[in-house]
Amino acid sequence: MLLEASGVGKSFGQLRALDGVDLAVSADEIHGLIGPNGSGKSTLLKCIAGAERPSQGRVLFAGRDITALPPSERARAGMSIKFQITSVMPALSVYDNVLLALQAHDRLRDLLTSRTRRGLDTQITEMLAAFRLDRRAAALAGELSHGEQQWLEIAMALATAPRLLLLDEPTAGMSLEERRVTGTLLRPIKARCAIVIVEHDLDFIRDICDVLTVLDQGRVIASGSVAEIQANASVQEVYLTRV
Amino acid sequence: MLNGGRTGPAPLNAGAPTAPAFRRRLPLVEWAVFGTFAVLPFLLADFLTVFASRLMILALLAISFDLVYGFAGIMSFGQALFFGAAGYSVALLARDLGVSSVLVVLPAALGVGLALSWLVSSFLLLGRHPPSVTFVALGTLTAAFAAEELARSWYYLGGQNGIPGVPPLTLGHFEFSDLAFYYLVFALFAAVYLLCRALVRSQFGLALAGIRDQEQRLGFFGYRVDTFKTIVFTIAGAIAGLAGGLYAYHEGFVWPSMMGVVLSTQIVLYCLFGGVGTLIGAVLGVIAIESATYALSEQLPTIWPVVLGVILLVVILFRPTGLIGLVVSERERTGDFGRPGSVAPRGAPSDAA
Ligand SMILES: Nc1ncnc2c1ncn2[C@@H]1O[C@H](COP(=O)(O)OP(=O)(O)O)[C@@H](O)[C@H]1O
Ligand SMILES: [Mg+2]
Repeated sequence: MLLEASGVGKSFGQLRALDGVDLAVSADEIHGLIGPNGSGKSTLLKCIAGAERPSQGRVLFAGRDITALPPSERARAGMSIKFQITSVMPALSVYDNVLLALQAHDRLRDLLTSRTRRGLDTQITEMLAAFRLDRRAAALAGELSHGEQQWLEIAMALATAPRLLLLDEPTAGMSLEERRVTGTLLRPIKARCAIVIVEHDLDFIRDICDVLTVLDQGRVIASGSVAEIQANASVQEVYLTRV
Repeated sequence: MLNGGRTGPAPLNAGAPTAPAFRRRLPLVEWAVFGTFAVLPFLLADFLTVFASRLMILALLAISFDLVYGFAGIMSFGQALFFGAAGYSVALLARDLGVSSVLVVLPAALGVGLALSWLVSSFLLLGRHPPSVTFVALGTLTAAFAAEELARSWYYLGGQNGIPGVPPLTLGHFEFSDLAFYYLVFALFAAVYLLCRALVRSQFGLALAGIRDQEQRLGFFGYRVDTFKTIVFTIAGAIAGLAGGLYAYHEGFVWPSMMGVVLSTQIVLYCLFGGVGTLIGAVLGVIAIESATYALSEQLPTIWPVVLGVILLVVILFRPTGLIGLVVSERERTGDFGRPGSVAPRGAPSDAA
């Protein structure tokens, strides 16, 4: 298993946002994380990426206990996250946003002498083309449409060549057409890394995920293949009564 | 609006026809400022040359603040501390050891600024969670305040009176006259400026820009944000130290408020007035405020501080980008670190948001 979170709990004051959650992700799967609003999906991703510290439990990544590591070291170990709230650098150009992500693991000396800038140009051009942003390279990231910002964020999250990509609602606020495009953009990524993707839209996630985990009120209520989850009675109940 | 010149010169890389995303005006301002300083002694009376030396030294100090605040978002009220501590150090070197050689004085001033700022940064900037702007501002302010009080009360440092009688700077048997000192300062000013300019436009500078905008986010890409902040803070501290060493020799003495809260605040005002995040804006701020003070404080001795205060307030409230904002666009201020032009095909709606 590439990622093994076991018994992860997180409290915010009285609120149990996560209550003993287990999640295992193998190196080549796309793992969907679904559940009603407030069920703890974002909190779980944050605990994995290091944005939140779990109150209980452990997170193993590639066999190593990373529960106490700061985000930068998790990223260097091969983890990458796109948060639910878009957080591109609005005042930098789209091109520079990708460069910023791409050069993140470069040595300080190379950054000070700008040695890798030229060499990364081709890669940036390719990434921008892959995410349909090539014509927007010189624009400021803050000028992009919401959907374009999401694509830019996915491109940036991928730029560090992660082994595990965590995506929190990559299609939130997108039009139907943009959603469809996002689906086609994500599929080829599967060959490069494992993905954990939080989604609201079951139709979207059904087509691209290998495994689904369903959260409700901070607990895992079901986990399995898409077919298994669709047949699961308690999932049906949660989705019928609460979504 | 930003992309008027689509028919501009061909880009660096062949093949992709491109246009600059904005018109470059900053280099013009930079050439104007440095060109003027280069010939100033031939245009001005001698006593004004001395004044111009002072401007350049204070400009170094302002650049050091711009580096940390304008480029990395670290609000430091401590730049005067590094400036004053280095000034005291070189004054002590001269008084107690009789050393006034430029070959010792300048490295010592740089070293004191560097060491002290490294110490301060390891207290204030490091830690698991990024410290708040207020925390760093208050921390540096407190350090500057404490240093000033220490200098005031410590007999060895001359107490209230400071250390007088700093001799002229020397190089072997050569003594720096006003003119030679001016060009020494000019050379250092230009060299430091160029180095800082290279730094903030490098890929390192891109990381700083990221830290300024989204400090938390950068950690998730794998940036060790603390390291970047420590580096830029100590570079700035070294520059402030260099300025302090020069200032001691410029004035011929050092005194407690050289490292105090008032000077620290003044540096912040120079930069806000001139505009942060361009380097040259900080220089313009020093020139504007110091020249106006020089010209007007004699006519209006009592109310000048009030007038100055009001002007500063007006500019800061109504032109948050400072004087430099009158000349350069926000887009140019941030600039490009890579070459976005190389991927935007001609006629692409690249900035038609
Ligand atoms: N920083 C926080 N402080 C307090 N409560 C929080 C915080 N983050 C999340 N929560 C709460 O934890 C619960 C789970 O939130 P979240 O993980 O964002 O859910 P989801 O992403 O599944 O919609 C919610 O009730 C939310 O209000
Ligand atoms: Mg969420």
